[in-house]
Amino acid sequence: MRKQIGLKIFAGLVFAFLFVPLLIIVVTSFGTNSTIQFPIQGFTLDWYGKVFENQSFVNSFLLSLQIAFWGTVLALLVGVPAAYSLARHSIFGRNWIKSFFLSPTIVPGLVVGYSLYQFIVIQLQFPLIQGLLLGHFLICLPYVIRVVGSTIEQLDGSIEEVSWTLGCTKLQAFMKVVLPNITSGIFASFMLAFINSFNNIPVSQFLSGPGVTMLPTSLMNYIEYNYDPSVSALSVILMLGTVVLMFVIEKTLGLASIS
Amino acid sequence: MTQRRIPYLILAPGLILLILFLVLPLISIIFPTFFDGGFTLAHYISFFMDDYNVGIFWRTIKISLIVTLVCVLLGVPTAYYISQSPKKWRGLLMSLTLFPLLTNSVVRSFAWITILGQGGVVNNTLMGLGVISEPLTLLYTEFAIIIGSVYLFLPLMIITLVGILENIETEIMEAAETLGANRLIAFVKVVLPLSVPGIIVGSILVFTGTMTAYTTPQLLGGNRNIMLATFLYQNATALGNWQGASVIALVMIVATLVVMKLFNVVAGRMDKRGEVSA
Repeated sequence: MRKQIGLKIFAGLVFAFLFVPLLIIVVTSFGTNSTIQFPIQGFTLDWYGKVFENQSFVNSFLLSLQIAFWGTVLALLVGVPAAYSLARHSIFGRNWIKSFFLSPTIVPGLVVGYSLYQFIVIQLQFPLIQGLLLGHFLICLPYVIRVVGSTIEQLDGSIEEVSWTLGCTKLQAFMKVVLPNITSGIFASFMLAFINSFNNIPVSQFLSGPGVTMLPTSLMNYIEYNYDPSVSALSVILMLGTVVLMFVIEKTLGLASIS
Repeated sequence: MTQRRIPYLILAPGLILLILFLVLPLISIIFPTFFDGGFTLAHYISFFMDDYNVGIFWRTIKISLIVTLVCVLLGVPTAYYISQSPKKWRGLLMSLTLFPLLTNSVVRSFAWITILGQGGVVNNTLMGLGVISEPLTLLYTEFAIIIGSVYLFLPLMIITLVGILENIETEIMEAAETLGANRLIAFVKVVLPLSVPGIIVGSILVFTGTMTAYTTPQLLGGNRNIMLATFLYQNATALGNWQGASVIALVMIVATLVVMKLFNVVAGRMDKRGEVSA
């Protein structure tokens, strides 16, 4: 293949567009000035310390981890059996039901959060945090249905039939034969759902209040009134988190499984 | 008999949770917007009679359209480049594309605050070079929302396209070139038509994503460049107008569905192999 210089330069510029802004954030996080500057003067790691001293960042980070984790677990508990049923059984209105399970992606996130807030929190008087968890469950469910569903569809159905013939009940066959064979799909959907729930802002926007603020919302509120390098430092920490997660996914499943 | 019910039984928890916590909440906010004594469309008619609201609606559509176009223009050649690179490189390039996508969107919008702000990178550089004497107003403009949204959604477009373009064999391009097409013509006549399904799926994701996005217009748009999502939030919180917020919510849902339908119709016209699902 001959070298396509023009195309190469074009792609190079696009990648520069994608990464230069992130690099600028990294650089600004080391500046000594109390407002963000680029290029920076001096060099300090103080802003990273400031991030951990900021109680609202720490608390909201812990809340984000918990909500994203439990939202994903709930989605898996409900979604894996549903995906199995949709893939393996002749369900009445199968495509319709599948679209219904994927529908939380069609409703704008802000609307999901707003309607949950109005209905669950205001009208039914649920605690805010339960509304938040339910909102994040709704973010996670479509990933489970889609990824686990396609993993089950690719699994040869005859191995289940063999285990039935050998005396397994349907439940035993599911637990002993199907489940061990779809762990990669479950793990991939867990990662996808967790990352998207952790990063999500619109769904949490209405479902937050005193003591109940997710990290991205907390960061966004901070940016509205502050312009200091601790925002850059927190951004860099979040980027490092992304790198770690990508590394874990690459080593276990290969990144191709989630893109 | 019980055996036959099992598939439905294991679907039930998911269906019930979706009905209770997605469908019912949506109905509970949208239902009242159609009732004012009796059935009425008055809230929607007055929404679309108000120039201010219509302005926000069209600004949202316009920005989404521009963002989608730019993402296609930048995304197709880049995705083609990635799909044609050697396997070892392709994995690395895909990871590089995936990284921004998995990074928080507040972080990615914040990057543009530091670039476009009054004392930001662009203004500092231009003033340092003596090109301008006063800082330009770049942040809190439609331009800022557009560039921030392109930045947000371009990786999604590229990844969607690579999946499709990987299946185009290099031989097809070589054949086109052998038959006398120069590379640009071969690209436009061969690669572009083959990537239509990917462009459609990617465009649906980018268009509906931009149209309903909250973070970017909130951080980069400021108070004068409101889009539908920020307008909804403003109505619900600052103005305490729940009714108005619910009207905007349904407008956003319907607009999303219409856009998806439109793209699918276009796809059906251009590609007879059937509908593309998002």
